[in-house]
Amino acid sequence: MSSVRVLVGTRKGAFLLNSDGKRKNWTVNGPFFAGWEIYHMKGSPVDPNRIYVSQTSGWFGQLIQRSDDGGKTWHQPGLPNEAIPPPGPPTAVPNRFSYDTSAATGKPLTTHQWYDGTQHPWEFKRVWHIEPSLTEADTVYAGIEDAALFKSTDGGENWKELSGLRGHGTGPQWSPGAGGMGLHTIILDPTDPKRIYIAISAAGAFRTNDGGAKWKPINKGLRSQYIPDPSAEVGHCVHHVAMHPSRPNVLFMQKHWDVMRSDDAGDNWREVSGNLPTDFGFVIDVHAHEPETLYVVPIKSDSEHYPLEGKLRVYRSRTGGNEWEPLAKGLPEKDCYVNVLRDAMAVDTLDDCGIYFGTTGGQVYASADSGESWAPIVRDLPAVLSVEVQTMN
Amino acid sequence: MTDSSEKNTIRVALPFHLRNLARIEGDALIDVAAPVTIRSVLDALEARYPMLRGTIREYETGKRRAFLRFFVCEEDWSLESVDKPLPEAVVSGKEIFLILGAIAGG
Repeated sequence: MSSVRVLVGTRKGAFLLNSDGKRKNWTVNGPFFAGWEIYHMKGSPVDPNRIYVSQTSGWFGQLIQRSDDGGKTWHQPGLPNEAIPPPGPPTAVPNRFSYDTSAATGKPLTTHQWYDGTQHPWEFKRVWHIEPSLTEADTVYAGIEDAALFKSTDGGENWKELSGLRGHGTGPQWSPGAGGMGLHTIILDPTDPKRIYIAISAAGAFRTNDGGAKWKPINKGLRSQYIPDPSAEVGHCVHHVAMHPSRPNVLFMQKHWDVMRSDDAGDNWREVSGNLPTDFGFVIDVHAHEPETLYVVPIKSDSEHYPLEGKLRVYRSRTGGNEWEPLAKGLPEKDCYVNVLRDAMAVDTLDDCGIYFGTTGGQVYASADSGESWAPIVRDLPAVLSVEVQTMN
Repeated sequence: MTDSSEKNTIRVALPFHLRNLARIEGDALIDVAAPVTIRSVLDALEARYPMLRGTIREYETGKRRAFLRFFVCEEDWSLESVDKPLPEAVVSGKEIFLILGAIAGG
């Protein structure tokens, strides 16, 4: 019997929501890591029992947690929970993300642009996004703030920067968005293990074709009125990017204003906002079995981070953009002023694709019919930061 | 002259979240060789509980994390040199070495 496990990261802990394939009755487990911000958690496609978590706090910094049993127990990779560690220097430092400035493989740390236009040193803050490898359970990528990409090949015990990204040349022009300069999107091409897409707020989107040594900005066609050169090579506030695994050259982007599409791996973008009531928002995702079916949650504006007219609606396009329809059945249609953050939407791979999203009001909504109707799984969690889903067949 | 091989059992009081991480209740009891300083106490604490690494001191600089303070015998030692010998009361275990999280932010 199929089942789904929804991984919910919130401001005060992680929750696992489980259901069978009908997705009507749910069990709620958690909070795990109670009191900590869980920026993101994601399961390995290779081993559904392997789940990685970014656990962070302003007081105590960044931790990485891992489960090898589907969320029953957790540990920091390589660090024993109970045993007294052997003497000597540690072999695992799962919480350490050091910018690579080594002579052999590193790049100069340099600086990046700050809010006031001055140059600011690169400083590690937190892990925004974790992306497990599509082929190896022990390989995992982390997108961090201040923007950089890290990789572990030992299950998260040690991390090394793919410094070619930060060092490819445009770094000093990158600047933070309101929430910081985070590398929030990592997309692995299932047909080419060396191709990775990433996106940074507020630098833009980038691509590597060689596993992370060399990178190029892929922002041509993006237009951002709020930067000195609206068509600049970098500096665009990309909120999220989505890709269907069967079409690795086709990308969809929710930008700070505008929904965009590329059909050539990001080399060129065009706007597909179409008839959306507002093209501001954070999430974007693609139906598991229909590569031209997209989902966004329009948000009123960058000054008012809540749905239009107090009505929470998901919008769906079945044409790859431009033509959008509202999906509201089962969603609050009055007095709703929540937001849906960039990593807080996901889809399962069951035959009738399930869509899930979480709100800053603490609700997690699920649709078991491709968005035709919605129901809350939970209503009163802490503010939701991220949603991912694992499908177990 | 102090015998540097002599171990002192230091009582370290941790904030709630760090006790949870270390999976301990009450104070952490840490054996520290002389000289007993903030640095040597934290080195020993992290060696015994490696899951605490990076949560009290920043990895890159080794400095105390901004929202944590160190208290010794009811005095704030946060700005003291980390190599300054701790008072005998702490070395003997009579008093705790207190790591306190800021209450800022609610």
